[in-house]
Amino acid sequence: MTAATPTAGAGPHSYLQERIRWRWIEIAFWLATLAPFFLFPLYLQLASQIAITALFALSLDLILGYAGIVSLGHAAFFGLGAYTAGIISKYGWGEPLSLLVIAAAVAGLVGYAMSFIIARFRHLALIMITLGLGLLLHEAANSAHWLTGGADGLQGVRIWPLLETFKFDLYGRTAYTYSLIVLFLAFLVARRLIHSPFGLSLRGIRENPVRMPAIGAPSRAHIRKIYTISAAMAGVAGALLAETTATVSLEVLSFQRSADVLVILILGGAGRLYGGLLGAIIYMVARDLFSGVNPQYWYFWIGLLLVAVVMLLPNGILGGLAKLASSWRRKPS
Amino acid sequence: MTAPVLATRALAKRFGSLIVAADINFALPQGVRYALIGPNGAGKTTLINLMTGMLRPDGGQIFLGEQEITSLRPAERVRRGLVRTFQINTLFPHLSALEAVTLAVCERRGDAGTWWRRLPGYRDAVDEAYGILSSLNLGHDCYRVTRELAYGQQRLLEIALALATRPKVLLLDEPAAGVPRDESPALFAAISGLSEDITVLFIEHDMSIVFRFATRIIVMVGGRVLVEGAPDEIAADPRVREVYLGQKRHG
Amino acid sequence: MIGPFAGVLFDGFAYGMLLFILSVGLSVTLGMMNFINLAHCSFAMLGGYVTVTLMDRLGWPFFATLPVAFLAGAAASVVLERALFRRLYRASDLDQCLLTIGIVFMSVAGAAYVWGTVQQPVQLPGYLQGSVTFAGISFAVYRLFLIGAALAITIILVAGLEWTRFGAQVRAAVDNQRMARGLGINVDGAFAVTFALGSGLAGLGGALAIAIVGLDPAFAFTYLVYVLIVVSVGGLASIGGSFAAAALLGISDMAGKYYVPELGAFLIYLVMVGLLMWRPAGLFGRR
Repeated sequence: MTAATPTAGAGPHSYLQERIRWRWIEIAFWLATLAPFFLFPLYLQLASQIAITALFALSLDLILGYAGIVSLGHAAFFGLGAYTAGIISKYGWGEPLSLLVIAAAVAGLVGYAMSFIIARFRHLALIMITLGLGLLLHEAANSAHWLTGGADGLQGVRIWPLLETFKFDLYGRTAYTYSLIVLFLAFLVARRLIHSPFGLSLRGIRENPVRMPAIGAPSRAHIRKIYTISAAMAGVAGALLAETTATVSLEVLSFQRSADVLVILILGGAGRLYGGLLGAIIYMVARDLFSGVNPQYWYFWIGLLLVAVVMLLPNGILGGLAKLASSWRRKPS
Repeated sequence: MTAPVLATRALAKRFGSLIVAADINFALPQGVRYALIGPNGAGKTTLINLMTGMLRPDGGQIFLGEQEITSLRPAERVRRGLVRTFQINTLFPHLSALEAVTLAVCERRGDAGTWWRRLPGYRDAVDEAYGILSSLNLGHDCYRVTRELAYGQQRLLEIALALATRPKVLLLDEPAAGVPRDESPALFAAISGLSEDITVLFIEHDMSIVFRFATRIIVMVGGRVLVEGAPDEIAADPRVREVYLGQKRHG
Repeated sequence: MIGPFAGVLFDGFAYGMLLFILSVGLSVTLGMMNFINLAHCSFAMLGGYVTVTLMDRLGWPFFATLPVAFLAGAAASVVLERALFRRLYRASDLDQCLLTIGIVFMSVAGAAYVWGTVQQPVQLPGYLQGSVTFAGISFAVYRLFLIGAALAITIILVAGLEWTRFGAQVRAAVDNQRMARGLGINVDGAFAVTFALGSGLAGLGGALAIAIVGLDPAFAFTYLVYVLIVVSVGGLASIGGSFAAAALLGISDMAGKYYVPELGAFLIYLVMVGLLMWRPAGLFGRR
């Protein structure tokens, strides 16, 4: 969110209001998300995948960008949501909206349980624990092929039409409309959360975890809360994937996916709410454009991009743009 | 006789063979301004860390009023009114001063857990934060991001954050440390402006502040309390001179 | 059951020794500068490929390639340290992770480009092949060699740390960096040398690893996880900790694969998470 320059005499209330109001560029962004219906009608399936990835990245932003928790295993919740939706549909209940809710609940519950561990550690121990828990879940799913289908993937996922009318087909119209609406609603929740006192305390934790207990803040409780919310949101994203593609493979729990969403968020800019969305668009579009290229070489360029972003553009694209904008504003007119 | 607001009994802490606190006994009556002085490495900041719970003592007890708080977590002690500031600015670099103090106010009020209401909706909290900042002369600069504030202003923000928690006992760790000469009057005003309801213990090396504000001085050396007394007693005490103020050769 | 168990124990211990050689460098540099270098196993991979190239293309004997593998790892680390890493010593954990993961990606792609994705075979010299039998158990000669090498390296490292002036500087810097600088110790210089040594050891480890676990471009990632487990469980800057953690990990992994193969790597991760929760600073860590 760009910093507001208060006019002389502006009170503290209007300053805070100014910081959270809807900017025209945000409205333009959301209007632009309708463009694929008219401009790229053949790419709606891809667009729905982008929306799902954006939702996943948004969930990571909540813990990474705002609370400062570095997680190398966030795909655990994405995968949990995907498998929950997939498995339940396989055994007879395929109503998409209720599956979303159930997936969110399952992922949220596991996230809540894990949050007790997560909140106690920092630095290397935290990174390793998130990595370890993610790998654990991946291995568990791999071994439990009676439930998950193991390395072959989940067979027999059967999703009913949305609201009993809209079928999920290869054209992706239903998929994109559905994913986009879910993304937007989740975004509204995230946006409200960030602008609440809780959001402020999360930023406090990120900015200076030592100072927080010194002002009486229950940091661990705050971290547990945001981790749970983030896990539930990631679970929704995973369930959306299962529903829109009618497949679930082990890949949804992989380190690859955790690393990809991290790259996406950093590329766009963490801690800016739109960073994950922007990063998802750029990354997925680029990946689709270069899909002919050997995956190995794709990761070479991703590696180079990571190095470049860290050395040159540490706050991602949005951060870089914000810096440009503020140096523009400071120029004497 | 009412219990002191803050007291320690036989407080002790060591790191291996390094003794940083040994048999510390003292008591702060309500409303006083005590200064804690001593050479570098005497264990003054360590004592504050022990009292606020950032360090766990090897032995001894800490009392806040009648309550023993030795095993309470740091955040819990703050909620009961035992608050400190840091010698090195420990602030939120990218939050504006107003946001930082509002955060402290919200945490105190228990509002920091609500995620569904927007921050501007908490008008009382914002007003209170703005009031604290204004009383420290930071009102007009409160919209600026913390890391852009002048050093002296950041030191004042340290105090503002502490005040937002409505402390009963305030432990100031070298409040004037690093503050340039021209910014210290504001700091002095802030310290003398502290309400009588707050009991203050401050660590200071700047003797002008100590003799100006302190009603009583505690001298620490090597992890122990050397002597405790009124400012003129301490100034005249030869042991203190030897250890800290240095032998005076002229006048 | 004694027979197979002793065999598993021995193989696991040897594997652990390999992990130790690969990890000890990272443990010390992490403890010294708190720089999370996830590209550590890329240096190992480089050492491995150097050995393979020297043996295959130039016909060098195995032993002669080992010092070169060490130097390759050290040299690569010096270049990267000067160019990139030293700007990030004060950066956040996240930035360090991202930068070094980026390097790993690039190294994996680079290795695939130059050497292809096939497993690289290595022809061990005759005297390192085969096995000796003792008390009814057969011990592979190469694994004995690995154990010996690891023990020798441990002795050299511990002696170096305890009895040389450089070692004293390293210990001071690990203990309290600010104080060490204040005492006039050139911490940055000491770190650069330590980093080079640690990466050189990684390169050596990579060369030694080929005959045990093979070599392909994915090596930099696959063994990164194991190395990270050793370092975080063992405790930073602790040679003893790395040794113990590596041995523990090697034996557990072997035992797991032998006795409960269906669980796969599940057990390892579970043990790691459990150990970290019990001792977040590692078994022998201090912070």
